[in-house]
Amino acid sequence: MSTSEGYTAKDEVGQVRVRRTWAQRTWIDLKKAPPTAWLGMIVITAYLIVALFAPLIAPYGEAEITPNSYAPWGGDHMFGTDQIGRDILSRLIFGARNTIGIALATTFLAFLIGGGFALVAAISRGWTDQFLSRVVDVLMAIPSLIFALMLLSIFGSNVTSLIVIIAVLDSTRVFRLTRAVAMNVVVMEYVEAAKLRGEGLGWIMRREILPNIMPPLVAEFGLRFSFVFLTIAALSFLGVGIQPPTADWGSMVRENASLIQFAQFDLRAGITPLLPASAIAILTIAVNFVVDWFLMKTSGLHDEH
Amino acid sequence: MTVHPVIRTVLQRLALGVMTLFFVSLVIFSGVEMLPGDFTQAVLGQQATEETVAAFRRELGLDQPSYVRYFNWVGGVITGDFGTSFSGRASSGVDRSRDVVDLIGPRLWNTMFLASMTALVAVPLALFLGITAALYRNSIYDRVVNATTLATISTPEFFVAYILILFLAALNPIFPSLANISPDTALGERIYRSTLPAMTLSLVIIAHMMRMTRAAIINLLASPYIEMARLKGLSSSRVILYHALPNAWAPIVNVVAFNLAYLVVGVVVVEVVFVYPGIGQLMVDAVTSRDIPVVQACALIFAATYIVLNLLADIISIVTNPRLLHPR
Repeated sequence: MSTSEGYTAKDEVGQVRVRRTWAQRTWIDLKKAPPTAWLGMIVITAYLIVALFAPLIAPYGEAEITPNSYAPWGGDHMFGTDQIGRDILSRLIFGARNTIGIALATTFLAFLIGGGFALVAAISRGWTDQFLSRVVDVLMAIPSLIFALMLLSIFGSNVTSLIVIIAVLDSTRVFRLTRAVAMNVVVMEYVEAAKLRGEGLGWIMRREILPNIMPPLVAEFGLRFSFVFLTIAALSFLGVGIQPPTADWGSMVRENASLIQFAQFDLRAGITPLLPASAIAILTIAVNFVVDWFLMKTSGLHDEH
Repeated sequence: MTVHPVIRTVLQRLALGVMTLFFVSLVIFSGVEMLPGDFTQAVLGQQATEETVAAFRRELGLDQPSYVRYFNWVGGVITGDFGTSFSGRASSGVDRSRDVVDLIGPRLWNTMFLASMTALVAVPLALFLGITAALYRNSIYDRVVNATTLATISTPEFFVAYILILFLAALNPIFPSLANISPDTALGERIYRSTLPAMTLSLVIIAHMMRMTRAAIINLLASPYIEMARLKGLSSSRVILYHALPNAWAPIVNVVAFNLAYLVVGVVVVEVVFVYPGIGQLMVDAVTSRDIPVVQACALIFAATYIVLNLLADIISIVTNPRLLHPR
């Protein structure tokens, strides 16, 4: 096809379109990503590595108590120790594992519940759709933090009820979005064709609709994750979320909050409670950067320019 | 049947709001139904005699069907009676519990004070920032405001709160880090002591409100009738005052209401950080001690505020909607 004489328009038109592998296409997309997205991805990867290999990285155990409590920064303990002598750095590292793990599990569950019901509502429409949508309306009329507090007081604060409660409350928002985007797809001819050839509800959900609504859902997953992450951090900070001795960033802020009063005498001690808080903030910002880029890429919207 | 469309739509929205409130109260009430059967024993303690437990169950009305209890509860709430707190009950049957209303009353006032103080500062400032950022879009000013607010949105409220404490209370003791106020605190002192909590809430809210206002205004300025007005050669002040503003009320009111509703939730965390004696802190304490009547009452108040604010926003946007005001 290509001659040694160089470029000709005829050749280019005649060329078979280059089929790139998935990895190649991803790499091309990544190369075009703005620096903020790169920064976000690097931060997220770093967090995930820390979370996965926590026991290997952390110098002390998660709830290991050393003899010196309220140790200053430096020496054996890089960020000092807390009120009963647990190493702050180690707890930060284990906290990555617990906080991110629980938030991820919650978000997955929320998507499973919300997305599943939304697809059912969008496909069957009519009465089912009306009923599910009105239930969601009522649930969304109560601020989710308040609702979560109420349910936690009833079911008690443990990790399982925390995950289930937040997931159910958050699934309402997933439901709204998924239903809205799925509604545009269910009216397509290929869905109609699938229905006519007798495919079941599960097939239509998985094979016909889901692949076509993936991009907005993936972006929503990132946003939901940061929202869930902040909610769980807030609940743990309030003392009704993840319970001690499990290391968690929200409750670490609460436990070490009093240290801030000593900032005048030892600035580093005053900063200690801000470490877990900034760990939360940095991850959320990173996720937002990546989601922004992804949204821009998939929707073609360039933020009102 | 010549009811003005505005009145009809408003009435529809009101009815919908009342319905929502009814269902929300149902959801909050049925929370108690999900409690394990022996929670009376847990409240009174292991040593409680059977008679005490039975008396307590009777007081809660657990011997009646749940719909009777629901109507009793709603009836009580409407007349201002939220029941009695679980705390202060002893296994011996001695009852030192307090009425939920007495617990909530003064704290609700404190929370209202903090919320209105925040709103008074945050709403005008956020609207100003949002509108100017939209008008001078893509300028350096716009970019700086945007980046700052994005960072504020992504951080938890308690992070903002502790940073403020670190700089304005611990390092430079300008404001007290504990908002210790009581009913007999003078107004000036009260404002001074609530400065840090109000500042934290304002920062978070301004960020949200400013971004939403900016997006709404940009969206509006991109609509065809604005372009038309500009192409007709109208002056830019006339375009903004006569063409953009009448249509801008709805989005702006929605943004404000949404953020005031957000304030309702944000207030919980901020009150705990600053040990501010408000209803949010009361609710968190009640959740920790599983004091269900107090939790229910707080949840209902928060939810009702949230619903009423959203309803109000809807009604204002209907009333100011030019398309409904001048029906064809």
